[in-house]
Amino acid sequence: MVDLSKKPGHLRRAPENFLSEEQVKAVGAGRRDFLRKSFLAAGAAMAAPLVARADAAGDPDILNLPPWTTSLGLPVATNPYGQPSKYESQLLRRESPGLTRVGGASVSFCPLQGLFGIITPSGLHFERHHQGWHDVDPSKHRLMINGSDPAFLKQPKVYTMDQLMRLPPVSRIHFIECGANTGLEWGNVAVPTVQYTHGMLSCSEFTGVPLKTLLEDCGVDYKKARYVLAEGADGSSMTRTIPMEMVENGEVIVAYGMNGEMLRPENGYPLRLVVPGVQGVSWVKWLRRIEVGDMPYATKDEAVHYIDLMPDGMHRQYTSIQECKSVITSPSGGQQLLETGFYNVTGVAWSGRGKITRVDVSFDGGINWKTARLEGPIQNKALTRFNIDWVWDGKPAILQSRAIDETGYVQPSYGQLRAVRGTKSIYHNNAIQSWKVVESGEVSNVQVL
Amino acid sequence: MSRFSKSIVAAALLALTASAFAFDTFKLGRQATPAELAAWDIDVRPDFKGLPKGSGNVQQGNDLFEEKCASCHGSFGESNEVFTPLIGGTTHEDIKNGRVGGFVKGDIPQRTTFTKVATISTIFDYIQRAMPWTAPKSLKPDEVYAILAYFLNLAEIVPADFVLSDKNIAEVQKMMPNRNGMTTNHGMWPGAPAARGGIGNGGKPDVKNVACMKDCKKEVRIGSVLPNYARTAHGNLEDQNRSFGPVRGVRTVDGDAAVARAPAQSAELTLANASGCMACHGLSSKIVGPGLNEVQARYKDQADAADRLAAKVKAGGQGAWGSIPMPPNGHVKDEDIKTLVKWILSGAK
Repeated sequence: MVDLSKKPGHLRRAPENFLSEEQVKAVGAGRRDFLRKSFLAAGAAMAAPLVARADAAGDPDILNLPPWTTSLGLPVATNPYGQPSKYESQLLRRESPGLTRVGGASVSFCPLQGLFGIITPSGLHFERHHQGWHDVDPSKHRLMINGSDPAFLKQPKVYTMDQLMRLPPVSRIHFIECGANTGLEWGNVAVPTVQYTHGMLSCSEFTGVPLKTLLEDCGVDYKKARYVLAEGADGSSMTRTIPMEMVENGEVIVAYGMNGEMLRPENGYPLRLVVPGVQGVSWVKWLRRIEVGDMPYATKDEAVHYIDLMPDGMHRQYTSIQECKSVITSPSGGQQLLETGFYNVTGVAWSGRGKITRVDVSFDGGINWKTARLEGPIQNKALTRFNIDWVWDGKPAILQSRAIDETGYVQPSYGQLRAVRGTKSIYHNNAIQSWKVVESGEVSNVQVL
Repeated sequence: MSRFSKSIVAAALLALTASAFAFDTFKLGRQATPAELAAWDIDVRPDFKGLPKGSGNVQQGNDLFEEKCASCHGSFGESNEVFTPLIGGTTHEDIKNGRVGGFVKGDIPQRTTFTKVATISTIFDYIQRAMPWTAPKSLKPDEVYAILAYFLNLAEIVPADFVLSDKNIAEVQKMMPNRNGMTTNHGMWPGAPAARGGIGNGGKPDVKNVACMKDCKKEVRIGSVLPNYARTAHGNLEDQNRSFGPVRGVRTVDGDAAVARAPAQSAELTLANASGCMACHGLSSKIVGPGLNEVQARYKDQADAADRLAAKVKAGGQGAWGSIPMPPNGHVKDEDIKTLVKWILSGAK
């Protein structure tokens, strides 16, 4: 049963309707201390706990003017860099206990369950570091561009941040998803909430110089150099191979800006590569070097990790595209519906192959589907928010979303995905996610085949 | 659409497509010097372009590994404590076939680095650029060769008297147990397909669904549900959702327990996290360095423990807990070090 003290603003006669049957009995027996206790338990978030008695006169939160209505507020620039409300302490980047042993080679997941729209607040952007993160001094940071063979460039060059930020920039909104997002769930349900099933996903506006501009400034020979190696300045000096086709079409950006400000240190300050539609590992952070070459590099993260094990025992190498996928973010696993009635069901969809064209939602585990509303503008290789009306009748339900992209690709079911790729691939799980709602209103993670 | 706006669109499209810049258009940036290129261009490709000259033998590798690597990887590269194992799971048969039998049969108990990697160049490149964990890029080429020789011997690919060098590494690559275990025949490479000199099938998806809308199936088959232990393994989900809005988080840690654990961590633990201590130290157990409670146990009866530990934290050290060095921590303020040491010696929680 939902704790009614957590539903402010509801007018109920006290105590008959306000309290559960047992609580009414307890009040009758003269015990009222549990009331105070249950309000305390409702959490520090409610600075002024509801008064125990709500009556027909109206809502005490309306009738009794609160301090913020009856006193002077704080002056400007009290927080020179603004912070979220103190009431927003729950939505944080979190680790999944037991997933990794060392925090420097780990993941923190983005709290998708409480986010709106498509832009991830920079402080909640998911993290994946391979050897810890640093706050790199931008005055000492350089970008070097060279060739695996001197003949591939007219001149290998070095750029400072001052110089890179003078070049003609672009600003584009793109999603970034780790190739291992939802990887814990290949074989079976493993984690309780959308934060842990899908939270290696974020979306930001990135600003920077197209890599094409820089390579041409170095006099690249596109005929000979068909691959690019990107390398980070951190201890791991992460390297990944990127196809020259993506550079030539102007998509790949050497970015310094994120959501209107400089990148955050955890996201590669002062420079990272943006490779739209491609898994996050290729978006090399603290980018220090670009090498153009004539073959893929088989780096550690494309020869030991980020390789997908298939049922025949072969590993797929250089799998990079994040295929079309979606997830309902609310109501979602680990959440609780408070009562029956109207709900907005909301989520995000994305595709590494282009724009989202449609999202369908099922409330019955995939027997019947309804098309959801997409919030525009719908952008290329960016999160797309969808919403759909739902009236919960209090009966069990299974909520699913299924995205379709502009290539016509339809997000697959677990059954379809496993039939081809088995259950041990780790990477690139884009199956339809199911959330089961039971009579109590609790939502939990289930897999529908 | 008016003719006017059409021409604007056409001009915009032209601007998008005709963005090719000539060499040195901006007169920004300068030529990289040979010394700069040598300092940063350290990658080694599968065809061994970029490989530094040098050599090392199995015994040297064994000694180096014990000194610099074993505390994380285990003495024989088999440990699963800190990172996944490096060695194990391959057979002589695999070396002959170039396919790891455990993958072919689907019964491999644990994927180790050597069961997966097809190219020894990858391992050379990675050790040289990123290892050891706390001191990346500190190994000389001869040391990387020696450590690799040790690995290859542990995996029974080369004999105990083997000397690995830039001269024979390409021959060794031809003996890697999973060298034929990689495929690029898939639709997830965003560049040119193999047919045009690139990789893969040109983006053709391998899984197909159709967007049925009504009566799509007779019944809903649930393949898996959240196990009970996993419901509570991520803490109290109530605390991970807003306390207002259309839904609440489910309370997975009961009643008063949830209130009791509200002050989730001590100020000192927050400081330890922010100072980078917890990247290598667990509270009670060893990660890379000793558990903080283990440190307390060792130093608790020593009168000058606080000062000695503070000095160690600041300057770094090696040897007291094994060979992995603790880096100096000049970035942590003296008063913070004092607070942390006091906390450690009082049984850090």
